Amino acid sequence: MTRKTILNATHRAAGAKMVDFGGWDMPLNYGSQIEEHHAVRRDAGMFDVSHMTVVDLRGTRCREFLRHLLANDIGKLKKSGKALYSCMLNERGGVIDDLITYFLTETASQGRLAREAGASATAEAKASPDMRRTRRAESAQESADSAKEWFRMVVNAATRDKDLAWIEKQAVAFDVKVTERPELAMIAVQGPNARSKVLGLLHADDRERVEKLGRFAAAEARGPDGMSLFVARTGYTGEDGFEIIVPEPHAATLWNALAAAGVHPAGLGARDTLRLEAGMNLYGQDMDEDITPWEAGLAWTVSLDEGRNFIGRAALEKQKAEGASRELIGVVLDDKGVLRHGQRVLTNAGEGEILSGIFSPTLGKAIAFARVPAGAPENLRVDIRGRQLPLRAVKYPFVRDGKGCAGI
Amino acid sequence: MGFPAPSKDTNMSEIPGDLKFQKSHEWARVEDAGQVRIGISDHAQGLLGDLVYVELPNVGDRVEAGTGCAVVESVKAASDVYAPVSGEVVAVNEMLADKPETINEDAYGDGWLLLVKADNAEEMDALLGPDDYAELIENDES
Repeated sequence: MTRKTILNATHRAAGAKMVDFGGWDMPLNYGSQIEEHHAVRRDAGMFDVSHMTVVDLRGTRCREFLRHLLANDIGKLKKSGKALYSCMLNERGGVIDDLITYFLTETASQGRLAREAGASATAEAKASPDMRRTRRAESAQESADSAKEWFRMVVNAATRDKDLAWIEKQAVAFDVKVTERPELAMIAVQGPNARSKVLGLLHADDRERVEKLGRFAAAEARGPDGMSLFVARTGYTGEDGFEIIVPEPHAATLWNALAAAGVHPAGLGARDTLRLEAGMNLYGQDMDEDITPWEAGLAWTVSLDEGRNFIGRAALEKQKAEGASRELIGVVLDDKGVLRHGQRVLTNAGEGEILSGIFSPTLGKAIAFARVPAGAPENLRVDIRGRQLPLRAVKYPFVRDGKGCAGI
Repeated sequence: MGFPAPSKDTNMSEIPGDLKFQKSHEWARVEDAGQVRIGISDHAQGLLGDLVYVELPNVGDRVEAGTGCAVVESVKAASDVYAPVSGEVVAVNEMLADKPETINEDAYGDGWLLLVKADNAEEMDALLGPDDYAELIENDES
């Protein structure tokens, strides 16, 4: 059965071409994917990303749980509101999903969303004598500090079921309460003018605080008509902007207010070309459960900090010591043509394949991630319908600040 | 800037009356001296989305009816174009190398793909007329 976000009717009324994406009926484009791409690079665009799964995590041992669950170190999050990108691995070091985790606290500076969720966590604790016993076992000081902490994860839509099952299974040993938040919608507003357009819609008292948010940080704020928003300075396009979590009943009002402020609706097609230009991986295409972060260009997200026994660590250390046999590289096709997922790549050291591949609207030529034998192989070629065309290996991101990077 | 939206309600009045169609959405127009001009329909370009690359045969190549004679690639996918008639390629639309979006803008005019000297113009009789094609795509959408 196809699922619909709360904005489905809004997309259809705008004439969107809809497609199935991971079981969700989502807008591919609203006319021209390339125009939507340029709107994000040059001005401001918005994406309905309500299909993504929001999961709240609570419990006195939540931080300890996340140190076990994630390949990146949650200990890097010291200030409330900060976010961390990480892989969640299986025991073989394969990627179950990539996700963002926000560290949040319930303090006076936090708004209604946190208090609401805090109330429900208290109710859970009342309902669970086991959890209470565990909490009593903690030292009084630690309990007082950590009880204020909570974490919010945003995971991929297509991997929702297996992610929740895995997180819940691992959470048991840590008495962490896992709560999916399907009643929350999410709108990503991205582009050089995205932040100023969003700020203009916020309650005057919240503007300065949200304007000062650093990259990869989030805060609560009031939007049009005082609606509760969770505003994060994150995204999947390489542009500045916000990802805004909003309760479903207010999502259409926020969407329409953004449109009135001159933010262009953009579909999944533009989202894909924007994120690849920015050098960002897509789960399922660039990595999966049989691919480790070393093989997916995600080594920068793995923290082999001392004494932290996260799931998959042993397998990663073994592969690191032996040396991974394949690697992910960025490639450019200087000839005319389009690089696409699954095309065969030939090198002097053996075969590889195109992972994510697109025609880049910003660069006017095809770019891709390719998985090839490790060790920077030479004489790269791609087989397109039986013809071999030369590929050029490049450092990515391919595009930054709206322009092609040097050497691309 | 200024690509058209995929035409959601293509109707007969938008399809030139002198065209014939294949179910696979290619159009063919008989021109002077048994030459047949070939392209893809406006409906097809709408389904494909923004075109970014077109692979055309060489002048002098032979094409066979019902087999691939060109490839059009959009932001979304690569699609084979099947020749509506057999014959020899006498011209290709070289402008498409730099401006493939011309197909989005004018599928039945400036966005043509190739011109073929047909072996047997009677092959055209098997193709769909504009009314039948309009009906086909209407059923496609419902």
